[in-house]
Amino acid sequence: MKLAQGVEIVSLLVLTVMVVAAALGVVLSPSIVYAAFLLGLVFLGIAGMYLMLNADFVAAAQVLIYVGAVNVLILFAIMLVNRRKVYREVKLGAVRQLVAITVCVSLFALLLYTNLNTVWLLTPEVKALPSVIVALGQHFFNEYLLPFELASVLLLVALIGAIILARREFIPDRQVENLELVERPKELIGVGEE
Amino acid sequence: MVEGIDLQRSFVELFSGLGIDPEVARVMWMPLPMLAVVTIATVGALAATWLERKISAAAQQRIGPEYAGPFGLAIPAADVVKLLIKQTVVPANADPLLFVLGPVIVFISVFLSFLVIPFGENLVISNVATGIFLVIAISSIAPIGLLMSGYSSNNKYSLLGGLRAAAQSISYEIPLALAALAVAMMSNGLSTVEIVEQQAGWGILSWNVWRQPIGFIIFIIAALAECERIPFDLPEAEEELVAGYQTEYSGVNFMLFYGASYANLFLSALLVAILYLGGWELPFPIDKVAELLNIAETNPIWQLIAAFLGVTVILLKAFAFIFLAILLRWTVPRVRIDQLLDLGWKFLLPIGFANLLLTAALKLAFPGAFGG
Repeated sequence: MKLAQGVEIVSLLVLTVMVVAAALGVVLSPSIVYAAFLLGLVFLGIAGMYLMLNADFVAAAQVLIYVGAVNVLILFAIMLVNRRKVYREVKLGAVRQLVAITVCVSLFALLLYTNLNTVWLLTPEVKALPSVIVALGQHFFNEYLLPFELASVLLLVALIGAIILARREFIPDRQVENLELVERPKELIGVGEE
Repeated sequence: MVEGIDLQRSFVELFSGLGIDPEVARVMWMPLPMLAVVTIATVGALAATWLERKISAAAQQRIGPEYAGPFGLAIPAADVVKLLIKQTVVPANADPLLFVLGPVIVFISVFLSFLVIPFGENLVISNVATGIFLVIAISSIAPIGLLMSGYSSNNKYSLLGGLRAAAQSISYEIPLALAALAVAMMSNGLSTVEIVEQQAGWGILSWNVWRQPIGFIIFIIAALAECERIPFDLPEAEEELVAGYQTEYSGVNFMLFYGASYANLFLSALLVAILYLGGWELPFPIDKVAELLNIAETNPIWQLIAAFLGVTVILLKAFAFIFLAILLRWTVPRVRIDQLLDLGWKFLLPIGFANLLLTAALKLAFPGAFGG
């Protein structure tokens, strides 16, 4: 299977470049709308990665939830809250950036260390699974039933709470509307004088 | 399960017989299904535009297109040519990149879903196990394209139209998914081929529409709203928002929106046929007919006839739904945006949940009839 391997490597390369470039764009782009659209591209790339790892259900769920729901929500928030604010110069801005760089580099070093010092290949042979849905359902309704149900109850509580918070209580102010036309009395034009 | 027609294998065998490496033959096969899918989707969408014209004309007691080709059949092609040679205008101060990218995303997200639509037992590009879930997931990308085109047009009305279109598309996705979920529960799988096979056996009697009447109605309403068809065509309602997010679009970009909307209608029609009307299954069980006529199921000519009948039948079912959608356009008044959101969230969503619970209960109570 030379062909399949070649396709795999090429798609992995394309996906990696796409995810890294889009993620950099999210952080570095000055336009917040561009950043949000690029975030969608990052999520799509991650979905492609899942697909390459033989996790078709997770990939579809990733597209549905992250691209279809989370990213659209972010876009809605950005487009509805359109406040232009001029940012002031922050004192000690350089120190801030230095701290950020230190944190990022150390995090990257940690990840790199973990990556290089872990034996990733658990099984010597890789089997192509038919599909993960059946196994997923069995796990959800056997040993992970309680966490699953708890998560759904939590989400329901959050949903209802959000609705309660978002619902505006209308306090009717009983102002009698003035139905008269607001109009300045016009001066009559003299007719027939001089 | 008897292997039906396998076009890929025959193709590879044919070219291997001609002395070409099987690997190369497989590569040569790869673009063919993709081309076939794009062609089918395009032709379906073009046929839908022609039907729209003809049926609208009949509803208004006029004739409709008749000069271009017999019965005006060349009108869709003329449309395409006209839109291709029109100038593409990008408004001043618009974001040119996002402006062009928006319709493309909408277009791709619709055409990608055709990958898992089966036209027959083996006439499907990829029979993935997450079939119907994949369609729903891919169609949830479209709102991003709508928002993108609305935002980049540099026009208040387009922005509002884009937001409205995305809101509508999101709110009707949930009842649609719930209705599809009930069907998936009954057929013990998400694969589109499995869903159709589960409806085989008793002909018209075993179609899902009898077992899922509520889900069928929910799905039809939600599918109409997803396609932005009247009575839910608020994103492009002429009187209100001046064609919504597509106000500034012209030429090819407009054609992408227009084509995507009709391809989406065709896709929804095919989904209705697959989920509820038995897909490529005939109204009578075709296997029994074969037994009666004493024909072996592996007979190639019989398989060819069966496949042809299947494709015809699924297209007939799909175009019956398109006919219904066009008739609704001329018989039902448009709803307001608040009524639209009310209907989606306060009516279809609870009923969808109730239908899901009912299906689960029936499945536990009558495992024989409801796919135990």
